[in-house]
Amino acid sequence: MKILVCVKRVIDYNVRVQINRQGDGVITDGVKMSVNPFDEIAVEEALQIRDRGDADEIVAVSIGTSASQQQLRTALAMGADRAILVESDDEIQPLAAARVFHKLVEKEQPGLVFLGKQAIDDDSNQTGQMLAALWQRPQATSASSFELNGETARVTREVDAGLEIIDIDLPAVVTVDLRLNEPRFVKMPDIMKAKRKPLETIALSELGIDAPPALETKNYEPPPQRQAGIMVETVDELIAALRDRGVL
Amino acid sequence: MTRVLLIAEHDGAELNLSTAKSMSCASQIGETDVAVFSNGADSLATSAATLAGAARVLHASRPENAKPLAAVLAPQIAKLAADYTHVLAPSTTFGKDVLPRVAALLGAPQVSDIMSVESERSYKRPIYAGNVIVQVSVPDNCTVCGTVRIASFKAAATDGNAEITAVSPDADLPAHTRYIDLQAQVSERPDLQSAMRVVSGGRGVGSAENFEIIYGLADKLSAAVGASRAAVDAGYVPNDMQIGQTGKIIAPDLYIAVGISGAIQHVTGIKDAGTIVAINKDAEAPIFALADFGLVGDLFSIVPDLEKKLG
Repeated sequence: MKILVCVKRVIDYNVRVQINRQGDGVITDGVKMSVNPFDEIAVEEALQIRDRGDADEIVAVSIGTSASQQQLRTALAMGADRAILVESDDEIQPLAAARVFHKLVEKEQPGLVFLGKQAIDDDSNQTGQMLAALWQRPQATSASSFELNGETARVTREVDAGLEIIDIDLPAVVTVDLRLNEPRFVKMPDIMKAKRKPLETIALSELGIDAPPALETKNYEPPPQRQAGIMVETVDELIAALRDRGVL
Repeated sequence: MTRVLLIAEHDGAELNLSTAKSMSCASQIGETDVAVFSNGADSLATSAATLAGAARVLHASRPENAKPLAAVLAPQIAKLAADYTHVLAPSTTFGKDVLPRVAALLGAPQVSDIMSVESERSYKRPIYAGNVIVQVSVPDNCTVCGTVRIASFKAAATDGNAEITAVSPDADLPAHTRYIDLQAQVSERPDLQSAMRVVSGGRGVGSAENFEIIYGLADKLSAAVGASRAAVDAGYVPNDMQIGQTGKIIAPDLYIAVGISGAIQHVTGIKDAGTIVAINKDAEAPIFALADFGLVGDLFSIVPDLEKKLG
């Protein structure tokens, strides 16, 4: 079985994101970029399935500028077998990304597609579900445990009420949550080895995809800040203050 | 004409509070019908009909709708959507799962986590873990699909009396996805997402056993209990108690953070709370920068003392 893993290049999660002067975007010049952390978990899960002998090829795929090759190289260094970059200089929104991945799925015929449940830049949490809809296959979102049983898989999903367990027939789309696994650290020799692994580049225009309706985004603003309140010295003072406010 | 279809969230017996909160958002956009997908359980449709602002309730009852499987619900919702300009769902794990699947079937983009309605087709939403707010507009040539950030809206009143219509959208339902079980945390305490008061513990609480003092204070206040991601990662409490960007986003009237430093990812989950109280031994903890009332000291003496004096 082949597994496709989708990887997005995002601003590193440790970076304090800054809005640009025009207020029409965030500053990315000179900012550290990384693999979306949820996508790293997706790569790790695919690798573990291959390591158990249940998959024979892991293909990492991404959409973006040529700079996204860096993130695909990270996936290759983690252990993916080969990579595909669909190159575009335009902003790719979730529905457009899902259409691209659907094209790749038709070409590659994987048994499973893993993605992070959301990217930490736009926080949309949409692409996996949209891909599953276009492909007309099952989706298991926010997975915290994954167990392959031949042609089906049992997935535990993190839902607001607790843990939901579903069975899905393969092929299927799985989006992963934080608790699924801990991604491995990449070692220097793996980085060297990754440089020799195949990374194919396809221009987005070559795929013949209809551009879907797109959202227009403007007015980038910082969130409203809460003002610091007062420090109290004792429990009695705290209780009095809360009673005064009418919240006790 | 603007017509909104709101997808109700429920647990098979009762509507989730997220439905009433999403109703408030939907009402700001236009005339709203509420769709209830269930297997029987007419009481769900009856309670949806009481939501203030609901014009009609569409009740799609069939055995396949017993559990909220996105792959089963999405084709039915997409079918109903033909009569509407907008389709909304709460931005809970339910809405996040099902609505993008609907949007893709409709060939429409989705606006996730609507915080405010700027116009019929324009909304504010958070990105970068709530560190940036943007305004997004949906083009005119497609259905508006959106999930509602429920912490941003008050629950609609329940004094309405909408007409209930049985519907059976004609859609092929897949059998490739099967519901097995829900392992819910059984608790006598209020639900975290709808509680008026919440007491939360962080890494400073130190152990699963020590969390008892958090439970003690919460019970005295009839509050729900939450935790920071650090406390969850340390194994003190299960993940469904996690508050923050990677957990639940809440807006209680009173929030008491105990032994929580106030990492940005936690703050994102609580900044819509009415009153925030922070108890922490580190006077420099970032949580004090946004708390309405801060108390520096040893939580192991403060929290039991507070519980006792609330008497």
